[in-house]
Amino acid sequence: MNKDNLVIANQNFKSRLLIGTGKFSSPDILQKAIEAAESEIITVAVRRADLNDAADTFLKVVNPKKYVFLPNTAGARNAEEAIRVAKLAKASGISNWIKLEVTPDPNYLLPDPIETLKAAEVLVKLGFKVLPYINADPVLAKHLEECGCATIMPLGSPIGSNRGIKTKEMIKIIIEQANIPVVVDAGLGSPSHATEAMEMGADAVLVNTAIATANNPVLFAESFKLGVEAGRKAYLAGIPTINAKASASSPLTGFLNQ
Amino acid sequence: MSFSSIFKELDIKSIKQQSLDTTSSEISNILNKESWGMDDFLKLISPAAEKNLEQIARVSHNITKQRFGNTMQIYIPMYLSSYCQNTCTYCGFNSKNIVKRTKLTKEEIQKEASIIKQKGFKQLLILTGEDSKQAGVDYIKEAISQISDDFCSIGLEIMPLETGEYKTLINAGAHYLTVYQETYHPASYRKYHIAGKKANYDFRIDTPDRAGKAGFHIVNIGALLGLYDWRYEAIALAYHIQYLTKKYWKTKFAISTPRIQDNFQNFVPEYQVSDVNLAQFICAFRLVFNDIGITLSTRESESIRNNMIKLGITAISAESHTAPGGYAGTDKEQQFATADNRNMQEIATMLNKQGYEPVMKDWDTAFK
Repeated sequence: MNKDNLVIANQNFKSRLLIGTGKFSSPDILQKAIEAAESEIITVAVRRADLNDAADTFLKVVNPKKYVFLPNTAGARNAEEAIRVAKLAKASGISNWIKLEVTPDPNYLLPDPIETLKAAEVLVKLGFKVLPYINADPVLAKHLEECGCATIMPLGSPIGSNRGIKTKEMIKIIIEQANIPVVVDAGLGSPSHATEAMEMGADAVLVNTAIATANNPVLFAESFKLGVEAGRKAYLAGIPTINAKASASSPLTGFLNQ
Repeated sequence: MSFSSIFKELDIKSIKQQSLDTTSSEISNILNKESWGMDDFLKLISPAAEKNLEQIARVSHNITKQRFGNTMQIYIPMYLSSYCQNTCTYCGFNSKNIVKRTKLTKEEIQKEASIIKQKGFKQLLILTGEDSKQAGVDYIKEAISQISDDFCSIGLEIMPLETGEYKTLINAGAHYLTVYQETYHPASYRKYHIAGKKANYDFRIDTPDRAGKAGFHIVNIGALLGLYDWRYEAIALAYHIQYLTKKYWKTKFAISTPRIQDNFQNFVPEYQVSDVNLAQFICAFRLVFNDIGITLSTRESESIRNNMIKLGITAISAESHTAPGGYAGTDKEQQFATADNRNMQEIATMLNKQGYEPVMKDWDTAFK
């Protein structure tokens, strides 16, 4: 079988499960969860880490030599703030990838489409590999693709809500129309949600809260890995369509054509 | 329109009566819900809800865990000045108190900041009394600019200011604002705040509006529990949070639950709030406002802090000194007495044991 790799910004990945690093009870559990998930791309909020301090916990756990260290702009309320945070991350020399999050509303943390597009246009020109977090808006997804983003990351439901893929119909359209990887980000609460996203044809998923706040984060991370793999294989295999009516393997009227 | 005019239309006394009239069966019903509104808030703070506190606390714990994860924000206060023109009868900085007043010099600020930084703290809360001649906007602005590179987040707990003045301090590097109404009950407010600028109730209650307009990232409000009936305060605070959250949608609102229990400066609170009621207060806010930050004061004892944090708390301070120069040991005139005097390491150990990671940094100077 051909290698079924995820390709983002010309880099190959075996894993299709990206992990977020907030909300964990300790760096040790975070590290074990990442290992159990076998993730290769790990996102860290610039506001939580001190990227210029080699002793920083996040830099130790998410070793940039071992993983793609994906800094994110969580906390930015507009394009200007997001660009500044992205530049700070890039200046540390750790990565020129940036997960672009522009969330002016501090409660549901829903992404601002206008400011996200503005920031993406600037950051792409500055040489960043931009992975924007967006609402499941197919038109915005096309705009971001056209401006040179490396992926698009539509939300399944509000971040941290564990509610699953409530934006299914829009994500289907995004996947159908995309020429860059689609990573379903936010709202996935259980491995079955991840499977569902992968069965729909998403290229990858990103999970944080569900794993970080599970009673056993390490085991739950592994279950997500399996959920993603199951969904991906099902998608590749071709999922039989659901029929409203029974379709017998030996048709009753077949003889009429003989 | 600001909150002072909205508040005048609210009949908190009769709203509170609705809360007092809550029946046990109404409590059972709301425990089956998945989300809660203001009607539920009244029930959650009712006497009837006390019997179901364990179930309510479990829900509150789970929501907090989902929204904030297994983390606890850590900050440390730094007092700049104890000069004050107000006469808050419960406060150590009351202008009538004959105590030595201090204001930190530039050198002292640097020394205090260095000590705090060495302890590992990165989130700082700057405090002053209200005396704009001794410690006005310019003085505070200078202090912020002087130390803003040393801390990832600087909060302010200072005299209420005008919107433009807040903007000046935000531009200097202030990230959030804490301002307590002390008591929402107008008659009690007048009783405790006889003189000074603080005697103006409306100016104080509209401070979070001005802070929201100025664009602080976080505005933390609250009532000083013990000054008046806690249910009255809880209801008023809940309406205030609801109003602010809808109006200033880019600002994160948070509450603190400071409770006077000590006999500091011979002030005995008239309306003691029990531990059970404090727990109810915290849980009710968490159930109705899933995303607000809730800070638990260092006025609380070790054991209360250890146990109460699990009910919905998202931020605590550690190693707090409540006097200017307190860390360098140059002054002893406190604003209030702290009950939990553990150092950061001890607090971190306690949090780790309970499955929380202490968060020392959750902001960045890059956002300035």
